[in-house]
Amino acid sequence: MAHIVTFTRSTPDTAAKVWVAESGAVTWGDVATVVNPWDEYSLEETIAQAKAARGRSTALAIGGALHDDALKHSIALGINSAIRIEEPGADAGDSLVWTALAAGAINKLGDVDLAIFGKESVDVGSDQHMYQVARSLGWSMLSLVSKIIELDFATRSIKVERTVEAGKDIVTARLPAVLSVLKDINEPRYPNFLGIRKAAKAKIPVWSAADLGIELPAAATTALSYSNPPARDISTEIIAGADAAEKAALLASHLLAEKVL
Amino acid sequence: MTVFAWIETQGAYAQPSSWETLGGARALADALQTDLRAVIFGGDSGSAASDAGRYGADAVIVCACETMESQVAQLSSLVAERKPRAVVAAGSSRGRELMASAAFDTGSGLISDVFELRVEDGLIIGTRPVYAGKVLMDMRAETATTFLTLRPRAFPTPAKGAKSQVPIETVAAVDAPSSPLTTVETIAAEAGAISLTDASIIVSGGRGMANNPVAAPGTLSADEANIWRAQQGFAHILKPLAAVLGAAIGASRAAVDAGYIAYEHQVGQTGKVVSPDLYIACGISGAIQHQAGMRGSKIIVAINKDKNAPIFKLAHYGIVGDLYEIVPALTAALERKLS
Ligand SMILES: Cc1cc2nc3c(=O)[nH]c(=O)nc-3n(C[C@H](O)[C@H](O)[C@H](O)COP(=O)(O)OP(=O)(O)OC[C@H]3O[C@@H](n4cnc5c(N)ncnc54)[C@H](O)[C@@H]3O)c2cc1C
Repeated sequence: MAHIVTFTRSTPDTAAKVWVAESGAVTWGDVATVVNPWDEYSLEETIAQAKAARGRSTALAIGGALHDDALKHSIALGINSAIRIEEPGADAGDSLVWTALAAGAINKLGDVDLAIFGKESVDVGSDQHMYQVARSLGWSMLSLVSKIIELDFATRSIKVERTVEAGKDIVTARLPAVLSVLKDINEPRYPNFLGIRKAAKAKIPVWSAADLGIELPAAATTALSYSNPPARDISTEIIAGADAAEKAALLASHLLAEKVL
Repeated sequence: MTVFAWIETQGAYAQPSSWETLGGARALADALQTDLRAVIFGGDSGSAASDAGRYGADAVIVCACETMESQVAQLSSLVAERKPRAVVAAGSSRGRELMASAAFDTGSGLISDVFELRVEDGLIIGTRPVYAGKVLMDMRAETATTFLTLRPRAFPTPAKGAKSQVPIETVAAVDAPSSPLTTVETIAAEAGAISLTDASIIVSGGRGMANNPVAAPGTLSADEANIWRAQQGFAHILKPLAAVLGAAIGASRAAVDAGYIAYEHQVGQTGKVVSPDLYIACGISGAIQHQAGMRGSKIIVAINKDKNAPIFKLAHYGIVGDLYEIVPALTAALERKLS
């Protein structure tokens, strides 16, 4: 049976204020988290493709209990099962450590054909872990996918459209593969009542590195410190004038003086 | 000791963002007191190799490998053999994939999306945005080589020097597994279109674009008429302004989701993060998720009919008014001043 895995995480609501507290730690107060916004599209694609293939889907999150909310939301949407991977003391902020846990979980599941990621994580602001998971597993990497054109688990082939700076590429590859998907790939569904009930009852299993049977690599990077960005010191000049032409001419003069044209 | 800068090429030409990379890598190499080598993958490195010298590389390494798979193998082998202190690349689609993959294969640390670089006690520290730029993070790699991707437009393009003769070393391609991917078709982006992340000027439209006073064909439903009017507005009101300025066209998510313009143009948290010298927001309210994509612009101009729109808190210049009157007037005024 086809098996698609997707990775998700809980991130602070995009409208939340996020700042560095006195202690040096990043905080967003008691504002709720949401599913990482890019994951809305990978979750939808995972659910839809697994259904179409009469297969199953698993959502994985790496890190602390914070991410249980994202996993429960995944179940509410229709993902079949959810697992959190947490190794206390490991620095999952390092992409090589993260990758070892992610690849370890996929290997433990054993029968995975496809791993789908959202384009990036809005908290860490990065996508490097996806490419590294593909390297670690030795799978095909299809990044920035805007459409899955064909997906055939029997012949183990996939054909996608990728959107990159230079335009669009239509690319074929063999399964298993790692995909990252863009926002225009689908219209995410909302959870329904049954899904929400299922999610409320769900117990999220937690796997450690020992459960995965792996030894973690040393972290290759260290987050040294966090800081609040310097305040933007802006005085807005609202341009006044008798009519549109006068205002526009004044604005044009300002822009020339700013030397940005 | 050396620092590598990866030069992204399209055919025989370097992508302009590669010279930002070279500028950032040059400063890093100077701080580390090492030399700087430009690394070019591709069959024909013609002008890219000599230009690399003019933009500040001490030497150029060229290798004819075309696929991502072979470039990763080549870069990993060069890194294992020559142990550069750093490998620097633009944070483009290809740059991000190449750096992450080679960092994995060589067991190295990667700091991505860096907008500031410094050397402290001989160690490389990169500053990068997290939480959509609400917080900044300083990061260091613990490995012999630090891989870095640079945020587009964060490092200035160095001045192009006089013709210089830098040594060009051609290395034979290493054995790499054949590419697991087959490209069956490439559809080039609209000719002459400017990439949003590299643009120095962006003109953006939001939901307000639907308030175009032109009459829509009577055969359309109310929703279709809105879309039609907004599309006409992008084509005939925003595009002429962008043409006068040599600007790229951006959009809010509301405009994209309503079908006024393609997703490639979306700026913001779930679109592109841009940092042009000038960002002109037309009919955009300035929601926090839109700001996440354009807050880093040098000069922000807002044109909005609601004087209380949050975008005015962010803007250096604002005009309160109907964009369908202001934008054509601005296009005309700029045409006069720039000609
Ligand atoms: C998880 C998440 C991610 C998101 N990601 C993004 C993102 O990447 N990018 C993004 O942009 N948004 C994003 N959003 C959506 C964001 O919250 C706003 O809904 C969106 O930015 C609003 O777009 P808008 O300003 O065009 O529309 P509106 O907020 O409706 O504003 C339209 C503006 O046009 C003005 N106007 C109307 N007619 C005229 C006229 N004739 N002349 C002048 N002004 C006029 C109005 O006064 C108003 O201020 C995201 C939201 C969420 C929850």
